[in-house]
Amino acid sequence: MAKILFVEDEPSLQKAISEILTQEGHNVLTASDGEEGLSMSKEKDVDLILLDLILPKKDGFEVLKSLKEDEKTKNIPVIVLTNLEGTGDVEKALSLGATTYLVKANYELEDVLKTVKEHLK
Amino acid sequence: MSFKKIIKIFDITADCRRYSLDFWQCPNSLFLVMGGIIIVAMILTYWIGIQFVEPEVIIAVVSVVTIILLVIGHSLVGSFSRIAEANKMKSEFVSIVSHQLRTPLSALKWSVNLLKGKRLGELNKKQEEYVDIVSDSAVKMVRLVNDLLSVNRIEQGKLAMQMEFFSIEDLILDVVKGLQILAKMKNVELFFKNHKNLPLVYADKEKIRMVIQNLIDNAIKYSKQKGGFVEISADTDVNSKLIKVSVKDNGIGIPEIIQKRIFGKFFRGDNLVKQKVEGTGLGLFIAKGIITICGGKIGFTSKPDKGSNFWFTLPINTKKINKKAMEKK
Repeated sequence: MAKILFVEDEPSLQKAISEILTQEGHNVLTASDGEEGLSMSKEKDVDLILLDLILPKKDGFEVLKSLKEDEKTKNIPVIVLTNLEGTGDVEKALSLGATTYLVKANYELEDVLKTVKEHLK
Repeated sequence: MSFKKIIKIFDITADCRRYSLDFWQCPNSLFLVMGGIIIVAMILTYWIGIQFVEPEVIIAVVSVVTIILLVIGHSLVGSFSRIAEANKMKSEFVSIVSHQLRTPLSALKWSVNLLKGKRLGELNKKQEEYVDIVSDSAVKMVRLVNDLLSVNRIEQGKLAMQMEFFSIEDLILDVVKGLQILAKMKNVELFFKNHKNLPLVYADKEKIRMVIQNLIDNAIKYSKQKGGFVEISADTDVNSKLIKVSVKDNGIGIPEIIQKRIFGKFFRGDNLVKQKVEGTGLGLFIAKGIITICGGKIGFTSKPDKGSNFWFTLPINTKKINKKAMEKK
């Protein structure tokens, strides 16, 4: 069982991801904005972070940057899960240290689960 | 040729009317006016030149003409930027709408995933049927939104590419495998002809997958009722600088009058062949955009009732491939 943090401002998406990950036996925490996501990842000792890029208060790129700068959170794998797919967005997120980049609309929930499992090993 | 058609050739403002620009905003007509003024001015200058010898008169005339040309030139530039601005706004609009659509679509898709995966309990037969309908519709909507976004990016030259080395043969095999069910449903025999251990290509694998999928999809869609086949082949060209992939079918073919337009936007063959076929009509436009960015070419030959042969090429960068192969060792 792993502790997974999902940073996402859309409640319906939070709910769907939480459902499938909980069914698979994981402990899912959710944060609804960038600041909350950042503080939770520092306090709650999580194993993996699912991160949206368009977020209130602090966007995903900033969160990612802060995560990788902090000794405590630097090694947590971060899966970017977003609908943003402009030129340079993918490159930017990966260069900031994201483990992988998934476009929400293009991935089935089971595929997201598969990717999470891969990166928990 | 009818009289109307002749008039149409000289109707230079037709395009501008389509974009609701009036005569003095239309670059075409402004160019024509400018050209006319230059011709008149030259004749006038010549005529004045031989009538009066005083250079002051000529200078005065030339100055007046120049000022008029500057004024027209100014509105010409203005009209261009207005058109560009309108085009930009349209692109931004499509981009914003598409992104906004993606969030509810993701929620829809994932919720249906949970239902369909029976993670929220068993479904009875009827419920399953309807869940399948919702699921298929969600997939189609995602595809349409993605297509619109791709078109937008291609037009703006902003299509993000993730280039990598990959085996085109493995990719084709994978796509063919995935489309066998569709082929069976339409009674079409679908096969990949050969496995020749071709060199790796350097391109965006997922986008090339889209192109191959689209070409095969089209070949199946426009197949004959009976005895249809779709044959895919891949080979290097004569001097081994390119890999050529062909998708050949014995389907209904493409009428000559529409052959020129098929790589255009929102083009659908069934507009003319009157067949009920699904699709957005953006596939070939996107395919052309992707192949062009990857440094290849795309084209086809087709005969009505005999079938079509769509092909595309991708460059093999031997230098880079050698380097990569060595790194692997």
